[in-house]
Amino acid sequence: MAVSREIERPQPKLVPWTRKLEDMPWWGLIVLLAFLLVVYLIYTSATYQDAYRFLVAGVKVTILVTLISFSIAIVLGLIAGLGRVSKNVIFYTGASVYVEVVRGIPLLVQIIYFAYVVAPLLVQIVNSLGAFMLQYTAIQPLMGLAHTLTNLHIQDVDVTARAIAGLAFGYGAYEAEVFRAGIQSIERGQMEAARSLGMSYFQAMRYIILPQAIRRVLPPLGNDFIAMLKDSSLISVLAVRELTHLGKLNRARTFRTFETWNTVTFLYLIMTISLSLVVKFIERRMAFEE
Amino acid sequence: MKSSIVEPLPMDDDIIIEHLYKSFGKVKALIDANLRVKRGEVCFIFGPSGGGKSTLLRCINHLEAPDSGRIIVDGIPVTHAKTNIDLVRAEVGMVFQLFNLFPHLTVLGNVTLAQEKVRKRSRGEAERVARELLERVGIPEKANAYPGQLSGGQKQRVAIARALAMNPKIMLFDEPTSALDAEMIKEVLDVMMDLAQEGMTMVVVSHEMGFAKAAADRMVFLDAGQIVEEETPEELFKNPKEERTKQFLSQILY
Ligand SMILES: Nc1ncnc2c1ncn2[C@@H]1O[C@H](COP(=O)(O)OP(=O)(O)OP(=O)(O)O)[C@@H](O)[C@H]1O
Ligand SMILES: [Mg+2]
Repeated sequence: MAVSREIERPQPKLVPWTRKLEDMPWWGLIVLLAFLLVVYLIYTSATYQDAYRFLVAGVKVTILVTLISFSIAIVLGLIAGLGRVSKNVIFYTGASVYVEVVRGIPLLVQIIYFAYVVAPLLVQIVNSLGAFMLQYTAIQPLMGLAHTLTNLHIQDVDVTARAIAGLAFGYGAYEAEVFRAGIQSIERGQMEAARSLGMSYFQAMRYIILPQAIRRVLPPLGNDFIAMLKDSSLISVLAVRELTHLGKLNRARTFRTFETWNTVTFLYLIMTISLSLVVKFIERRMAFEE
Repeated sequence: MKSSIVEPLPMDDDIIIEHLYKSFGKVKALIDANLRVKRGEVCFIFGPSGGGKSTLLRCINHLEAPDSGRIIVDGIPVTHAKTNIDLVRAEVGMVFQLFNLFPHLTVLGNVTLAQEKVRKRSRGEAERVARELLERVGIPEKANAYPGQLSGGQKQRVAIARALAMNPKIMLFDEPTSALDAEMIKEVLDVMMDLAQEGMTMVVVSHEMGFAKAAADRMVFLDAGQIVEEETPEELFKNPKEERTKQFLSQILY
């Protein structure tokens, strides 16, 4: 272990301007030029303009689906990640089974499985619960609920919701590993110091370990968010009206393959590249703070 | 407090360790360790590296679970399965070699957190206690600094304040000055000396023989997992009984 001697302040460094040039993201310039070209096309060409207008609704759905799915995935991941570092055998085993099984299945298959196997199964369970309540409940207000439960049909379950469930469940396993790595990266002495003060394991996690771990995993979480944004194109198999699906529809509508997929690609790139700039910014700030 | 005391205990013993065994795989870290620390006593533990000093200390607040044996701290059987160990730990402060401050909290946050979450004190009360203690360890002006902005000696004094804020009955020190530069060792030892004079029960693992001479009531030489010798500092420095103690002392006192 290094022994800190004096107060360490970051020293301002004199960087020769040639070095600064090396740091410039030149690839960014090329991408920017391509962007400008597409923007120019959208403004000048009627076909591109038409495609853009049609597709922009898909961008909204893509962003919304990703935001919701990722939020759920983070919660799942945090719980499973805590399970992966837990000494409780049941919690640990449950979390490990989840992580290992889910990571072994292609995401596309998971999405299909959730939509066409898990969701109908859940509906059936809800149905039988309703039937059970109808048989045994004497309380009047519950009867209405029982009827609703019994009459729930798989078609009533929004396909977008099923898609979100599949995406979230799949990504939760990856986020679990991110959180596990983050928690394990915190020095053992932190937990020991917290416990030695009389904090419970839960309190130590909540106030000492997780706040530090979460800061450390922000960049990988950000990268996974971007990855999920791209993977959300998979739910087009469920005909959710996100960007990729609208791309297919637009091509079928206009027969303009070239313009359609150029615009789709352009829209994805705008989202992913600007997000990755945000992640890079966070990474830099953290590197500075450390 | 817990009522599950196994048998009546002599009132003046804060720590009782009986027939303690602990091994890590094939390594026998402690072999039949027996030790009693009276209330208000300063017990100084020393010995070669790997001798089991940290392990013994960490068994006292159950950061390490012994394989067998019995430990009673302040009348509570730590090794008893039904004991709520968090209650014991709140009464036993611990100071680590590498400080283990919480880097994401300010100095004030480090000293107040456990007061609020474990002792259930109000924010205001906790801060009052914290400021008082920071004053006492000589760094009131650093209350809003982060640990990363402190020198090693300052960090260790914050760590001591953090432990004291729980109003512990016993303080454990595991080589509190080993990671410090020479000029900072004194500022930490001064704080410990004050504590000793105020009658705090202390178990100190250290190589600072000067501190042992000045503050220790008893010195315990631990080697290869065994307590080899137990004496007052005067006796131990003048005429150590065991050959191993003599050898070790001659190595470190030149
Ligand atoms: N968590 C652990 N896992 C495996 N072995 C351990 C562990 N903790 C301690 N040991 C071993 O137990 C023995 C006693 O270790 P301990 O840390 O108590 O010694 P120490 O007297 O404190 O030494 P030092 O002066 O180096 O701190 C050593 O051989 C050490 O390698
Ligand atoms: Mg040690």
